[in-house]
Amino acid sequence: MMNRTYAPTSEELNVGTDLFFPEMALITKTEALNDTNKLLTLELPKGRSLDHRPGQFVEVSLLGIGEAPISISSSPSRSNGVFELCVRQVGDVTNALHRLNPGAKVGIRGPFGHGFPIEKFRGKDMLFAPGGLGLAPLRSLINQVLDERALFGRVIILYGARNPDELLFKDELKQWGERDDLELHLTVDRGDDTWKGHTGVITTLFKDISVNPRNTVAFTVGPPVMYRFVLMEFHGKGISEGNIYLSLERRMKCGIGKCGHCQINNVYTCQSGPVFTYRDIKGLEEAL
Amino acid sequence: MSLTILQKQDLDSFVRKLMLDYRVVGPVATDGRFAFEVITDPAELRLDYPTTILPPKKFLLPTKEVLFKFDNTDGGSIEAPPLDPPTVILGVHTCDVHAIQLLDAVFDTGYADPNYLSRRNRTLIVSIECLTPCDENSFCKSMGTLSADEGFDLHLTDLGDTYTVDTGSEAGEALLGQCKICHTASQEEIKRLNQVLNEKWPKFPYRLEFDISDLPSLLSMNMKSPLWNELGERCLACAACTNVCPTCFCFDVRDEVEFDLKHGARVRNWDSCQLDEFATIGDGHNFRKSRALRQRHRFMRKGKYILDAHHHLGCVGCGRCARACLVNITPVGVFNELYKQSEAGS
Repeated sequence: MMNRTYAPTSEELNVGTDLFFPEMALITKTEALNDTNKLLTLELPKGRSLDHRPGQFVEVSLLGIGEAPISISSSPSRSNGVFELCVRQVGDVTNALHRLNPGAKVGIRGPFGHGFPIEKFRGKDMLFAPGGLGLAPLRSLINQVLDERALFGRVIILYGARNPDELLFKDELKQWGERDDLELHLTVDRGDDTWKGHTGVITTLFKDISVNPRNTVAFTVGPPVMYRFVLMEFHGKGISEGNIYLSLERRMKCGIGKCGHCQINNVYTCQSGPVFTYRDIKGLEEAL
Repeated sequence: MSLTILQKQDLDSFVRKLMLDYRVVGPVATDGRFAFEVITDPAELRLDYPTTILPPKKFLLPTKEVLFKFDNTDGGSIEAPPLDPPTVILGVHTCDVHAIQLLDAVFDTGYADPNYLSRRNRTLIVSIECLTPCDENSFCKSMGTLSADEGFDLHLTDLGDTYTVDTGSEAGEALLGQCKICHTASQEEIKRLNQVLNEKWPKFPYRLEFDISDLPSLLSMNMKSPLWNELGERCLACAACTNVCPTCFCFDVRDEVEFDLKHGARVRNWDSCQLDEFATIGDGHNFRKSRALRQRHRFMRKGKYILDAHHHLGCVGCGRCARACLVNITPVGVFNELYKQSEAGS
């Protein structure tokens, strides 16, 4: 039951509206990953740490332009007081973010949503299958796993993009490829003159790997069209539905489970997700 | 709590007294229909109104509200908007009382919404008993909202020359304490109230052909009903249904910039799941592209999803959406049709 009062108390005035107030974060670095994706490094005021989990997102805003949900791409294990967002140029906010340089400020609310329950994955083999921009949120988890490498079993990354230019985080991909405790397989739908690697959609990478289905946790994030096909591959390897994790993209406008835009049937993605197990969402007709 | 009597002739002076301390809102006539508006003269009040175009929700969740004002001149600064004044909403029908109880639950669940709650905490509800159906579109009796045991601060019942006043909260009792002209109801007046309440009940028809407790399972079973496609064919996606709904609370947030391009405000506006772009993400992918799926989503929310999440039905039977719909899509029609189909199939 709510406490009703006749007149606002000073305490109540302070309740004000701060849930919708962004904190103004400083851009300390920008890096173009390709023509449409930029990696922004951000620092919260007063050295405050974002304290996020891999898989969570923040609401990013520019005063006068608007707000958009963007997944956190950096790992908490590498925070150093900053965090990274991989921003694809698709709308008003992201286009405006692309025009910013270090020294500019952007509004941040969050982190919001459920991330990956990383403590459940200790000792497990980790199979990642991101597509395109889907690497951005999974990179947060992958780097956390690599920073605590001894706690996990095999680490397998199958990464696909439409063409070589759209493979993100190329420097990191190169480093990952050089590690002998990580199995990295890249593919592009269509190669070009420079591409010497595998060609074909991401599902074509699965035939070359074998996993222990009893000890593997699988992850996929990518464009909506990709999920069904990758899920079938995971399923085909015998990985159980509860050990398959996805992060779903929706229009998470408010981040606080109210505005309704991110609903999948009865589920508010910003509250129950964006990270789900396949078992969680299998019965939700609007999920995939 | 005790029952109080307010003479109808004294309503004017009671409202004037409220107006000293509160913004007073109530039903007034407007172009042949009725609307909740801020009262400047108690004579404008029309407590005998059948229904209003918009529900009183608009004074708790405004059609448009400023979340904060901003100034982009110097790295960006933000400022909270002024609070709305303490408000009394007079003449709320019990369907709308139920709707406000749902909104209270929604905005206080999970992340508590500071804007809604601070406004709600400074709002008193004076509801009024409905004694005749407002029109053929209302179906409050079927939805269990023809009366309200709680959710009001004061509750009026029209006994002809007088109103009985039930007290629903301490705040309501304090409000009534300001009424020097009121008196405690006599045994005769209590008897008269009971008589009026008993007489009203048969005047309201049940309009659903099944019991409301069956609605959630009825909807679950009918996720794939062909009816949704039929509704999709008819629906104009105009969002009139959600705009007049007392329980719809989805919103959009956008920035409005002043002409100097430096100052502006982040505002939230009512939004509608019936509009084409509601579930569209940045790259243009629309997760609820067809009108059929959007209508299904609307009715699933009203009869199941919201109930599951908040223990209040998302439909209170006020009939506003049925009156507003240009192609005659009505909850009574939809729910009864699903029931008929499931009866025929079983």
